[in-house]
Amino acid sequence: MFPLRLIDLRFAPEERVVLEQVNLELSGEGISVILGPNGTGKTLLLRLLAGLLPAHGGRIDWGGKLQPNGRLAMVFQQPMLLRLSVFANVEFALRPQQMTAAERKARTLEVLERVGLLHREKDCARLLSGGERQRLALARAWAMRPRLLLLDEPTASLDPSATEQVERIIREVRTEGAKVLMTTHNLGQATRLADDIIFLAEGCVQEHAPAQRFFARPQSPAARAFLQGELPWRITFDR
Amino acid sequence: MTTFTDTALTALQLLTELAPVLWSIVGRSLWVSVLATALACSIGVVLGAWLGVARFAGRDALLTVLNTLLALPSVVVGLLVYLLLSRTGPLGSLGWLFSLKAMVLAQTVLVLPVVTALTRQCVEDAERNHGEQLQSLGAKPWLRSVLLAWDERYALLTVLIAAFGRAISEVGAVMVVGGNIEGFTRVMTTAIALETSKGELPLSVALGVVLLSLIFCLNSVAYGVRCWASRRYG
Repeated sequence: MFPLRLIDLRFAPEERVVLEQVNLELSGEGISVILGPNGTGKTLLLRLLAGLLPAHGGRIDWGGKLQPNGRLAMVFQQPMLLRLSVFANVEFALRPQQMTAAERKARTLEVLERVGLLHREKDCARLLSGGERQRLALARAWAMRPRLLLLDEPTASLDPSATEQVERIIREVRTEGAKVLMTTHNLGQATRLADDIIFLAEGCVQEHAPAQRFFARPQSPAARAFLQGELPWRITFDR
Repeated sequence: MTTFTDTALTALQLLTELAPVLWSIVGRSLWVSVLATALACSIGVVLGAWLGVARFAGRDALLTVLNTLLALPSVVVGLLVYLLLSRTGPLGSLGWLFSLKAMVLAQTVLVLPVVTALTRQCVEDAERNHGEQLQSLGAKPWLRSVLLAWDERYALLTVLIAAFGRAISEVGAVMVVGGNIEGFTRVMTTAIALETSKGELPLSVALGVVLLSLIFCLNSVAYGVRCWASRRYG
């Protein structure tokens, strides 16, 4: 599955170019954070990787294969929870896997405990608070033991306390050996979590660097402008 | 005015006296329509949920045909089932013509497109909102259709009400395949049609009141369940 390579990836529905010549290589460890202004295709990139959309050009190389040979899960900004109990919302995600009912139950209870929702296992999922819903969505993805976890702005609408809890879970998922690729607009969060930063602007990767170096000495003019809060919406860069 | 008042009073008398002729017709109607709705729902919800999620060549054409069947005239369904069940028809050997079974079959055929089309719409809307998230968790179309249909179960109550309403209020199909035989295949709608044509208005009015009350009660229960579910499950 790794190294994961995006080679000249292109997404241009009805000739409207959103992503073009996206080239990227990711190792199988750590947390990679995608930064960039609104509308540059960060979420789109995650959806392409999750196989939810077909690319219009280029290819994704999963460690030399055309398809990922490990599990992959994605958590969305607004998690979708079924009108079921907290327990059932995690358990159903394990059904496509070859697990017995007892194994599914054990794994579900384990992840619910680790995200601090075990005491609410019988409650209806749709009645949870925003932070609890996001933790449940993370638990559901985590229960699948994904090799690659894609997170689309997982703390976008959460308060600092809920954000801290979600960040703790993300770190735990990484510690368990999953590669995490996430988008965020929160530079503080990127500083706290990221091992490396992928800076996306104008539909392509402007910079991919270790987090410390990116924040200390951004190499591209676009990244420098972004970090200084000066990046206009549609700026033209010299490529 | 006197006729109107007399009719209303006699109808009320029939209702309060629990007239056997009236309640046997009501019981038969309920038996036929509940069974037909149950059969149509058990097939239509599965089919509709699958159509709401599955993508295949010719799907659009199939949906157009399905939506057209929503406006299927009940007498045409009656005629079709009559031809199937008549002595020389492909199902003639069953000997169902002019029986309650034939009426159940006709109402099932009539209601099936309603259940399928409305379920398909409901599940397709849910798929549009949540499908990607389920897909990203590895849920294949069959699992997504089951999950989304279950998730929309309270909205599907409305589909059930619509289906039952269509079944119990139709007159053409059951008239053609049931024959409106007194004490055997006579149901509320066929009885109303016959009694009105004979000028026997009190029984027609009483049956009409029962029919409307039934639909009202069913809608009230469905509304109550949806309100409860909204509070309980969000």
